[in-house]
Amino acid sequence: MNKNKVIQVEELTKMFGDFAAVNAITFNVEKGEIFGFLGANGAGKTTAMKMLIGISKPTSGKAAVAGYDVFTNAEDIKKSIGYMSQKFALYDDLTVKENITFFGGIYGLSRKQIKEKSKVLIEELGLENVANKLVGALPLGWKQKLSFSVALLHDPKIVFLDEPTGGVDPITRRQFWEMIYKAAHNGTTVFVTTHYMDEAEYCDRVSIMVNGKIEALNTPKKLKEYFKVDNMNDVFLKLARE
Amino acid sequence: MLPIIFVLPLLQLVILSNAATFEVKNIKFGYVDNDRTTTSRALTEKFTASTYFNVLTNFTSLNKASAAMLKGEIDVVLEIPNHFERDLQKEKYNNLGVTINAIDGAAAGVENVYITQIIQRFNQNLKVNLVQIPDQQIQPINIKTIPLFWYNETLNYKTFMVPGILVLLVTMITLFLSGMNIVREKEIGTLEQINVTPIKKSQFIVGKLFPFWVIGIGLLTIGLILAKVIFNIPMIGSLLLMYLYTSIYIFVVLGIGLFISNFTETQQQAMFISWFFVVVFILMSGLFTPIESMPKWAQLITEFNPIKYFVEVMRMVMLKGSGFLDILPQLLKTALYAFVINGLAVWSYKKTN
Repeated sequence: MNKNKVIQVEELTKMFGDFAAVNAITFNVEKGEIFGFLGANGAGKTTAMKMLIGISKPTSGKAAVAGYDVFTNAEDIKKSIGYMSQKFALYDDLTVKENITFFGGIYGLSRKQIKEKSKVLIEELGLENVANKLVGALPLGWKQKLSFSVALLHDPKIVFLDEPTGGVDPITRRQFWEMIYKAAHNGTTVFVTTHYMDEAEYCDRVSIMVNGKIEALNTPKKLKEYFKVDNMNDVFLKLARE
Repeated sequence: MLPIIFVLPLLQLVILSNAATFEVKNIKFGYVDNDRTTTSRALTEKFTASTYFNVLTNFTSLNKASAAMLKGEIDVVLEIPNHFERDLQKEKYNNLGVTINAIDGAAAGVENVYITQIIQRFNQNLKVNLVQIPDQQIQPINIKTIPLFWYNETLNYKTFMVPGILVLLVTMITLFLSGMNIVREKEIGTLEQINVTPIKKSQFIVGKLFPFWVIGIGLLTIGLILAKVIFNIPMIGSLLLMYLYTSIYIFVVLGIGLFISNFTETQQQAMFISWFFVVVFILMSGLFTPIESMPKWAQLITEFNPIKYFVEVMRMVMLKGSGFLDILPQLLKTALYAFVINGLAVWSYKKTN
């Protein structure tokens, strides 16, 4: 197994009855890469991602994440990854600090580590004034940034982001992507799905899923050249219309 | 959702109408025959012949009969005194001692009426048998029963109901809390987040159960205090035993709640199903209507009703002063139940779909 390939997927398939939600997709993601996982609604992005993070059993194919097989070692994968879902998934009825402590505890961080990390995290996000407030009371943009930081709490090898910037204002989106760059710079691989094509431009490589299949996979630059268009939006439209 | 809306109420209609009967039947009857004569045997046969009484046990002494009543093996003890036949022929009257388990005051009243009726019919038969010599002056023969209501001497309705209602409250609150809980996390999306973490299934379940367990024990404590302060319900047995049993019992209820929430997608579904079980459990618990009066198949269903055991234990310990060995069968069954249902809850909670 190639050490630099932190995600290796081969012919991965998920069937719901007769319907192939994910139809034999094959791709690799390199260490430290920002990998954009694009596709229209219902194209199978979330299903594919759920298989990779070990909460959905694939029907067939092969996949290894952080060196662990998704069929046999799903629980080991979970130790090595962070995940931020479409829905905001921290506990609204816990405070910022309590959420950090709770998730830190689940990932087996020591009390001392949790204390240090939450201090740094709260400072970086500028949440000092609301650290003891319930998370439910925070604006969505703040919640999303907090959610991302919590997903990175245990220094995962890979972080999976499922439409992390949905419903967030442009400034916060910008800040969010700065956080993503920083994480990638520190060696964390970022696997991100999005609907915003300007965000796709920020990725090192993107794949575009249409009807359960990956129809294109390359750097944004190469994709634009190939389809002879100026931006990712047009690349997406060309593929999705076919 | 559609099957839940229609199938569950129909099931309740069929099961509960049959099972939750207010009739008092299958009374567990024991007697002590100190006389051992034709007349005394004729009297006990009257009870054998009655359809309301079954499980006729002949005890050699009143002490043994009392012990059986404490364990709940019999509901009624009839004591036929020595020289019953002789006194009857001489004096033309006699008194019989009847002891009735009166924890369920209403049932005890009905049982007393049945016994009185049987004795009266027996009186009339005796008249016919004894009054054969035409010129003998006809004297009415009169056997009377003197009922003793045990465990609840005044047939106080509250003594009977308060422990039972306390059982219901502890059960309902803990069941609904646990039943709603995981489903709520499914709805919010936090469960998916938890499933992506390396947390162990058992850790998760224990973490979910423990707070509700504490709440259940707290409820019991408040309830017991109120029962004493407001209703002056006696607490004859050991409080420690009460808590020991309850602490195991709550695990059963929590396990059922978790099991339900593993199989439902919304809080609404979980609520519906929890209610279904609560209603069946309550009406088949022996709290309002005696289990002995239910048809055999319904009695079999009650074996799977945790509330039944809790009501039994609560009444036994609080009102009868039963000890550890007396409630051991209930304790063991409840522990087994807790083990199985929580095993199922852990098994049915899947981090990977």
